[in-house]
Amino acid sequence: MNQRPALDLTGLPTFGHGPRSPTWWGTLGFMALEGMGFALAAGAYLYLVTLWPNWRLSAPQPNHWPGTIVTLLLIASLVPNHILNGYAKRCAMRSVRIGMVVMSLLGLAPLVVRWFEFPALNIYWDTNAYGSMLWVLLGLHTTHLITDVGDTIVLTVLMFTHHGYSGRRFGDVGDNVFYWDFVVLTWIPIYLLIYWLPRLG
Amino acid sequence: MSSADLTSERDLPPERETSVRGDIAPERDGPRDTGMDDASLHRWLARTWRTPPGIIGALSSVDHKVIARRYLITAFLFLCLGGLNAVAMRIQLSGPQRGLIGPDLYNQLFTMHGVTMMFLFAVPIVQATGIYLVPLMVGTRNIAFPRLNAFSYWVYLSGGLFAWVSFALAMAPDVGWFAYVPLSGPEYGPGKRADVWAQMITYTEVSSLAVAVATIVTVFKQRAPGMSLDKIPLYVWALLVTSFLVVFAMPAVMITSTFLILDRLVGTHIFNPAEGGDALLFQHLFWFFGHPEVYIIFLPATGMVSAIIPVFARRPAFGHLGLVLSLIAVGFLSFGLWVHHMFATGLPKLGASFFTASSMLIAIPNGVQIFCWLATLWDGRPVIRTPLLFVFGFFFTFVIGGLTGVMLASVPLDLQVHDTYFVVAHFHYVLIGGSVFPLLAAAYFWFPKITGRMMSERLGRWHFWLAMIGFNAAFFPMHIVGLWGMPRRVYTYPAELGWGNINLFISAGAVLFFLSFVLFAFNLVHGALRGTPAGDNPWDAGTLEWATSSPPPGYNFARIPIVTNVEPLWAERGALPVATGLRVDVRELLVSTVAEAHPDIREKSATPSIWPLLAAIAVGATFLYSIFTPWAIIWGAAPIAVTLVGWFWPKADPEDEE
Ligand code: HEM
Ligand SMILES: [Cu+2]
Repeated sequence: MNQRPALDLTGLPTFGHGPRSPTWWGTLGFMALEGMGFALAAGAYLYLVTLWPNWRLSAPQPNHWPGTIVTLLLIASLVPNHILNGYAKRCAMRSVRIGMVVMSLLGLAPLVVRWFEFPALNIYWDTNAYGSMLWVLLGLHTTHLITDVGDTIVLTVLMFTHHGYSGRRFGDVGDNVFYWDFVVLTWIPIYLLIYWLPRLG
Repeated sequence: MSSADLTSERDLPPERETSVRGDIAPERDGPRDTGMDDASLHRWLARTWRTPPGIIGALSSVDHKVIARRYLITAFLFLCLGGLNAVAMRIQLSGPQRGLIGPDLYNQLFTMHGVTMMFLFAVPIVQATGIYLVPLMVGTRNIAFPRLNAFSYWVYLSGGLFAWVSFALAMAPDVGWFAYVPLSGPEYGPGKRADVWAQMITYTEVSSLAVAVATIVTVFKQRAPGMSLDKIPLYVWALLVTSFLVVFAMPAVMITSTFLILDRLVGTHIFNPAEGGDALLFQHLFWFFGHPEVYIIFLPATGMVSAIIPVFARRPAFGHLGLVLSLIAVGFLSFGLWVHHMFATGLPKLGASFFTASSMLIAIPNGVQIFCWLATLWDGRPVIRTPLLFVFGFFFTFVIGGLTGVMLASVPLDLQVHDTYFVVAHFHYVLIGGSVFPLLAAAYFWFPKITGRMMSERLGRWHFWLAMIGFNAAFFPMHIVGLWGMPRRVYTYPAELGWGNINLFISAGAVLFFLSFVLFAFNLVHGALRGTPAGDNPWDAGTLEWATSSPPPGYNFARIPIVTNVEPLWAERGALPVATGLRVDVRELLVSTVAEAHPDIREKSATPSIWPLLAAIAVGATFLYSIFTPWAIIWGAAPIAVTLVGWFWPKADPEDEE
């Protein structure tokens, strides 16, 4: 087919932050489907709650302290996370490096506390369906936590190499910030479901 | 809109805002396509975008066309395997009390048939068609996230092999394609068969989800300049809506299968009523996915029909906007309907009537689509070729399936024919009418784009009539035996019931239908090797995939086309407007804005890599091992992490990375 040039793309930039970049949309897509998974798992839990008038099935109450500490750590981490986002947008290498190290540590810290969260549920996964759902919800979130921290650490290392000096990498840092928000936000409802719902019954 | 002002109103931020302190390397520039003559442009792009030579090269390919071809062939092979299962079942059922296949094997046969058709054929083949066509139709050079796309194929392949190897070892699932608990639970499903089902489901969902995200982002961000929302081809719309259905429905089945394997493997009690769980929860979760699943299979098929009819009617689709809105409406409504699969479970009355009503509501947008297609044909000058014949076959079959569907949506009738052959007849009319016939139309239609050659028209007509006659002979009488009371999923029946003759007839029809696929396979191979060369646009179609040569080169388009109309090739008969200014020495593609498709960024697309394959192997091995021990997840995490880092880590040259 014959062609006639009608538009020149030469001046376009070679990377963009946030919604301008396809990776951001890909991250959003994965958040949507993982969020759907969270919602359905929570829905399944609530469905079982409505079936049984004495939910908790005579198991002891969970100890909420480790979970509460995790919650506070996660919420606190949102502040440096967003500061880091600003650095990434400005492609400021030194600050981004510091920010990434901080975020790696702030990712590891809740994982350490998470270790104590499982025994604090005061029930095993194979005791009854209540125990099963608690472990499933906590396990689901822990998987996300682990993978995102792993991701953050790899990206941190990358930013300390010469590969970091590229617009795309700063975009990756921005997307990492975005995903961490998701991991923190999904935790809040799960925290309430695991620790506070059983106290009602 | 004139193409010259596409970028004019944009406020582009300065290109490299903060390189003052050297925080990012200054962009290296390279040769561009501007002003380059066609021959050298082709040489440059061919080298930049080629799939590397050799076995390792082939396994590293990230070209969406290469991967789509693999997907298509693999899915077609699974169709043949699933069809062989069906024929085996029909031979066993062709007369009362035949001793060919015992109950145990029969259970594996229908389960593998259903699982293969739904998870290894129907969904993968519509997604594979999308992987091939969507990037071409929106005028871009590769799909978004090409490595993820490659990964999804390898995951799908390993999941399918896993299921079929287990079948060869007599370890195949035998609990039906929807594997209800308690039958599939730890108590009644000993051995590893239900675990195979559970993990295989998870595999195929991983792959579907990855493809869905890649498709959505391709449509959102990589459309050719000027392809605003109202100029997106209907087929692309259909795939976009389908991908959203995948994103919101598939997690439900992943949750179901994960809960099931947890119950089986580590002793959770999620579906166990004795310990506070619930068996019906399984059905809710499963059908929350399972009903949209039908539309995941059906919507792309309607997109194919919407692409094919205008070409053969020789006029643009009637009611473009109406068709788009119907697609979206069907997508939304499909989520409200899952409970109609559970009328026989004793749900409260009010709930049941609500779901009956909404099941009937979905007939409205489907009706709108059919009306628009008929109006297009009515108002055009239809040229009847094989693709259009199969579209007619789709109309006929799907309408019958739809009618029996409306019948089943009424609770009293559903209770009557529940789990009889009436249901088997209904869903084959819907699935084969609604998806296989459009797929066959699409195969004839787009074959020249994929291979550069035409399939035989004469064989195509033979194929069509053989398929129509065989199909209806096989499935229409099933309604009747169903009403007589013949249950599904039985390996035989006593002679006194008098079902022998009609079942013989059904089986003969099934064999005929199967043979029509043998003819089709012959036509495919014959066409690929000996068919007449097709040229770029053999049907004189209007959408962008026909603007490039057949088969398309690795880079799809030498220069990015500019879109001024839904059928740009019909609107721009003289010369297609194109954009220039992309680099030719690296894999640069154009990223555009979501609504208006204004040019926004020049971004690099991923280079070939073996890591997606290695990652899929690590994931596959982990899943396989996990049907034996939960520790597999712990041991598997390390190799998976290593392969993912390998995939993510840039190559030596920062210019050359993903
Ligand atoms: C040669 C063509 C085909 C024949 C002869 C055929 C035949 C059958 C028969 C006889 C059954 C019922 C088995 C039983 O209940 O005892 C069945 C079940 C089923 N078929 Fe087909 N079929 C064909 C093609 C397809 C296709 C193309 C699809 C999907 C796209 C499909 C999807 C299913 C499903 C989902 C089931 C239910 C399996 C279960 O009960 O677990 N079939 N088929
Ligand atoms: Cu349904």
